[in-house]
Amino acid sequence: MPLIQNYNNKTIVNAPLLELRHLRVEFPTRKGSLTALDDVSFSIYRGETLGVVGESGAGKSLTGAAIIGLLEPPGRVTGGEIWLEGKRIDALPPEAMRSLRGKEIAAIFQDPLTSLNPLFTVGRQLTDTIQTHLAMTYSQARHRAIELLARTGIPAPELRIDHYPHQFSGGMRQRVVIALALAAEPKLIVADEPTTALDVSIQAQIIRLLKQLSRDLGTSIMLITHDMGVIAETADRVAVMYAGRVAEIGPVDSMIHRPKHPYTKGLMASIPSVRAHRERLAQIEGAMPRLDAIPKGCAFNPRCSAAIVRCQTERPELREAGDSHAACWVLAS
Amino acid sequence: MSDRAISSASLPNLESADVLIEAIDVSKRFDVSEPWLNRILERKPKRYLHAVDRLSFHIKKGETFGLVGESGCGKSTVARLLVGLYSCSDGQVRFEGHPIQHLDRIKINGKVSLRQKIQMIFQDPYASLNPRWTVGDIVAEPLKVHYLLEDQTAIRERVAMLLAQVGLAASDAARYPHQFSGGQRQRISIARALASEPEFLVCDEPTSALDVSVQAQVLNLMKDLQQSRGLTYLFISHNLAVIRHVSDRVGVMYLGRLVEVASNQALFEKALHPYTRMLLDAIPDLERTGKDRTPVAGEVPNPLAPPSGCAFHPRCPHAMPQCARERPELRLVDARRQVACFAYGDDRAKPN
Repeated sequence: MPLIQNYNNKTIVNAPLLELRHLRVEFPTRKGSLTALDDVSFSIYRGETLGVVGESGAGKSLTGAAIIGLLEPPGRVTGGEIWLEGKRIDALPPEAMRSLRGKEIAAIFQDPLTSLNPLFTVGRQLTDTIQTHLAMTYSQARHRAIELLARTGIPAPELRIDHYPHQFSGGMRQRVVIALALAAEPKLIVADEPTTALDVSIQAQIIRLLKQLSRDLGTSIMLITHDMGVIAETADRVAVMYAGRVAEIGPVDSMIHRPKHPYTKGLMASIPSVRAHRERLAQIEGAMPRLDAIPKGCAFNPRCSAAIVRCQTERPELREAGDSHAACWVLAS
Repeated sequence: MSDRAISSASLPNLESADVLIEAIDVSKRFDVSEPWLNRILERKPKRYLHAVDRLSFHIKKGETFGLVGESGCGKSTVARLLVGLYSCSDGQVRFEGHPIQHLDRIKINGKVSLRQKIQMIFQDPYASLNPRWTVGDIVAEPLKVHYLLEDQTAIRERVAMLLAQVGLAASDAARYPHQFSGGQRQRISIARALASEPEFLVCDEPTSALDVSVQAQVLNLMKDLQQSRGLTYLFISHNLAVIRHVSDRVGVMYLGRLVEVASNQALFEKALHPYTRMLLDAIPDLERTGKDRTPVAGEVPNPLAPPSGCAFHPRCPHAMPQCARERPELRLVDARRQVACFAYGDDRAKPN
């Protein structure tokens, strides 16, 4: 592997900031354990935006939750490791994880209204977060809070800092959430569907803001979304998830224009486009399997038109396919 | 482009024979006033929310009319007005020339009620199906309500046929909604909507809650059904790509008003209204990997206090003094489109 990689003219020093190694998350139930994430491995480099796409239930949000240590019980990590800057973080005691969360890894969620406390002004929430993680006096923290609000594009931040969340519109609220995430200058932001609840014109503004901040501050972003358009504009690399596994991972350009895995191909062809008219959309028959009925071998094999015998018996590993990596026996043979 | 724009209101309805449903100057106001006592004590006036403001359009037989706009622009209110779930505050909705005020009481040729001919598919297939009913009961309900079939075996056969048409098995009739995935539930909603053999389907964001691969399945199914049954659709979505895929003609709404109505091709090749252009420009695009763009600033204004004149003028890059004073009407700009914008008026320069 080369030491320096070049994605979209952005130079990224090849030292992974975050590394997932064979991560496995299970949900124990009365009828036995459900495997929600199965052998998920990928890295996020410094300053890089990794897009994670997949349909609902594919395990994208769960991967994000596992990284920030907010898996909802009874879900738990039962295998594999998560490394942040050479430090293993999946087995940290809750207290250590708490101080890491916010300081090293921050999170942005879909609905900005539920991420903010309605009873406190945004200024109070920002200064609290800043003072928790950074050694600052109240007036320093307040000054920094105003700076953060200005940075995220909120007009008249000196005035807005004393407002309550309900006094902000949806787009402005998401900006406040981003300011909160940036409060302690984290190295990684896990953004779980940050634009899904917003209208298209506001969505474009938020995407632009995230890109700009990642560029200016060198923050890595894990962008979880089901919207390939958002991924295309924002991400440097993309991981496609299916049934709790990574089906394909690679640079954004090749994932969109030259997908290798049959699932990625089907997914890309099923998206209607505003720029071109198609009579019919390509469709993948069937639906993603439920967690209690994941097929043997490749999880996609019952829906795959290219499936061979081996797909039904043996699970494929991620292998090099062009400039991406795909988990597919058809490509391997 | 024609030299003189003609007001749409003055146009003779040349193709009235083809028109299935027509909205004429339709408005819907909601009373959002404070309670009576507060109004008296605090001397506050009554307040109204103009959810739909003087809307006129028509849908021809067998066509799909796409209605697009951001949240809160009044798309869903239009849907509810057209199926008669709301009554118009002003104006009129006509179905095959009959005003639809009391949908259930109006009979055509003395037998078929309008309710049978107009059906709706809702956005959330988790909320629109009764969890305590079997799929068979859900799909059979319209047949029973309208006394279309009385015999139990005939009903069962019809339900099986309807389920087969939407790609489900006849045996699924005995199962409950929670046993199905989102896409399959939306198929059940479609089967229910088709049960009374309607001519017109109002689809309010039918695929917004679905994943893209499932969305493709449902959109393809809806197209097939339209072709085989000659259905007419009002298709509402905030997703312009979906609108482009399904519609023959498209209406763009902003703050309760139609700002542009055009044929699919005309709109997506060259949108005229600045708001439509902004919307088209804001969509994240698969072809634009890694590129930057300048999104339009600002947000949709509060519908309780819409801007004067053209509702879009505070965000419009081409706004003129006239835009803040007068409200532009939808005008026919060429054979394929109407635009509500002064820039396309009689003798003004056009923004490019």
